[in-house]
Amino acid sequence: MAESPLLDMQALAVEFTLGSKLFGFGDQKTLRAVNGVDLQVKAGECLGLVGESGCGKSTLALSILGLQAPTSGRIILDGVEVNATTPRAHLAKTVQMVFQDPYASLNPRQTVRRTLADPLRLNGVRDEAEITHRVAQMMARVGLRPEQADRYPHEFSGGQRQRIGIARALILKPKLVICDEPVSALDVSIRAQIINLLLELKDELGLAYIMISHDLGVVEHMSDRVAVMYLGRIVETGPWRDIFERPAHPYTRALIAAIPDPFKPETGAAKRVGGEIPSPLDPPKGCAFHPRCPIAIDQCKRMPGPDLVARPNGHGVACWRADEPVGDGAMPTAVA
Amino acid sequence: MTTAPLLSIDDLRLDLTSGGRTHSAVEGVTFDIARGETFGLVGESGCGKSITALSIMGLLKPPLGIGGGKILLEGREIQSLAPNELRRLRGKRIAMIFQEPMTALNPLSPVGRQIAEMFVLHEGASWREAERRAVDALASVRVPAPERRVKDFPHQLSGGMRQRVMIAIALACRPDLLIADEPTTALDVTVQAEILDLMRELCAARGTAILMISHDLGLVANMCRRVGVMYAGRIVELRPSDDLFRGPSHPYTKGLVGSLPLLGSRARGGVRKLQEITGVVPAITAFPPGCRFHPRCPAMTDVCKTTEPVVTALQGGGRVRCHHHG
Repeated sequence: MAESPLLDMQALAVEFTLGSKLFGFGDQKTLRAVNGVDLQVKAGECLGLVGESGCGKSTLALSILGLQAPTSGRIILDGVEVNATTPRAHLAKTVQMVFQDPYASLNPRQTVRRTLADPLRLNGVRDEAEITHRVAQMMARVGLRPEQADRYPHEFSGGQRQRIGIARALILKPKLVICDEPVSALDVSIRAQIINLLLELKDELGLAYIMISHDLGVVEHMSDRVAVMYLGRIVETGPWRDIFERPAHPYTRALIAAIPDPFKPETGAAKRVGGEIPSPLDPPKGCAFHPRCPIAIDQCKRMPGPDLVARPNGHGVACWRADEPVGDGAMPTAVA
Repeated sequence: MTTAPLLSIDDLRLDLTSGGRTHSAVEGVTFDIARGETFGLVGESGCGKSITALSIMGLLKPPLGIGGGKILLEGREIQSLAPNELRRLRGKRIAMIFQEPMTALNPLSPVGRQIAEMFVLHEGASWREAERRAVDALASVRVPAPERRVKDFPHQLSGGMRQRVMIAIALACRPDLLIADEPTTALDVTVQAEILDLMRELCAARGTAILMISHDLGLVANMCRRVGVMYAGRIVELRPSDDLFRGPSHPYTKGLVGSLPLLGSRARGGVRKLQEITGVVPAITAFPPGCRFHPRCPAMTDVCKTTEPVVTALQGGGRVRCHHHG
């Protein structure tokens, strides 16, 4: 029996009801933001979560944080089920989040000390000397000078602010950190500093990450496993090497082919998928990806997309045609 | 006169006046773009790439202004043209697309009318004729059902569709130069790829040159034949994009190339620590003396602190601005 994962999502679904009935008239629509997701994260592991905007990544993150109640399914975090009655204190000590925009996600009226000390106070640390010590220690750990603790966010650069955001996430010693596009708002020359810092902290503190990013280069660099999401469902998941070297779902292939390759100018057009992600309010019949899929067949239009089919090595693919031979003309080859 | 490049920027200086003091936001910027060429400017926020583009369009507003140098379109100076002459140039000879199409489009006007306006203003077409041509223009950027879509307002379109409309407006009068300032930064990767394909294809078919501005070095190298790297208001390295990526010469370019987690590099070389560039981008009001990159440069020596490096030509075409290039 393998040890139980740190985070276990079972058949998770989150639905929103839109439109209101006025005197019994008007349409109510159901938006399935997350639709039957099974996903595990082991302690100390980085799971990359990729997909286009509107695919449900952020709703999934909110559910794990206990900020969005699932409609059905279960989330088990460190042995405790996450739902409306889960004590906040337990959640805060287990899972934290690093946000995309270090300008918008810090309170401009609070000093760094206050931003870092408040979570400690709220979680029962009363000894002021201990608080001061832990704030200083955490600042040093993320590469900030502890003597800057009494400054306000506007006195820091974007990269330093993201370090403050990371310090705030780590001050309660969580086991899982959800990083939502942690470097995309930063200057290009600063991104490497933050990526390196996140990887160091992961190794040192044994953290698990869910790394949400549209930058597949960052995801490949940081992740142990990758999950690809499309319209509320996981369409492919597996070890990073399998996903990037042997992608099996046509959507994963399309995402990888869409990245401009600086060494091969003006290539890739042949492998594009057309169109845009459909509205989750009005998802296509059959497999949700079929209107954009280069290899869709009649079956894909009629039957809902299959569940994840397990392959060796923890690789799973949700595609009717995933097991057909690659590269014989029917299936477009993955990027070389 | 046929030898003159399409666009020639010569020793351009852009000044920022604030609190009675003048700072050079951009200084000594020189580059040419040939007819039909794709040229990229990369750099971080605040390096001056966007205001360089706006100055070409004649769209700089106080506190920013042109402090010196020349902007030549086919050998003719355009930086001092009268506003009405500039208006005839903009949209007709030089067109621009922006990062966020929602704010660049008029929210109160159907997109077909916004395209038709180009034909009316620049080609003297009647509105009826122009609206008909707008359908064709929308079809050319591959918007499905263009005859229906011309009646849509911008908010009814997705981000990718809006950017297609922007491209249709920009290319309506077959300009000689298309300036694209971060045209795909707000879009998803699959949509980005389609928009880039579309720009490449339409511009190649019409012989339109592209000036592409982006912070994404990989994207620019993929799209453009030559690339200029800007740092703190100066072009520090200008090369054919192949050379730039394979053998960067300036320490800043080397740092940028080394700091990118490029797709496929982990599979080839295993997990490595990304190369970091220490420090932060300086503010326009506080550019350091000497070489502007020296406080962050691993190759810095005493001369870098005091003396601005001169431009050195590189083998294989291109140039670099560094005392210790290699």
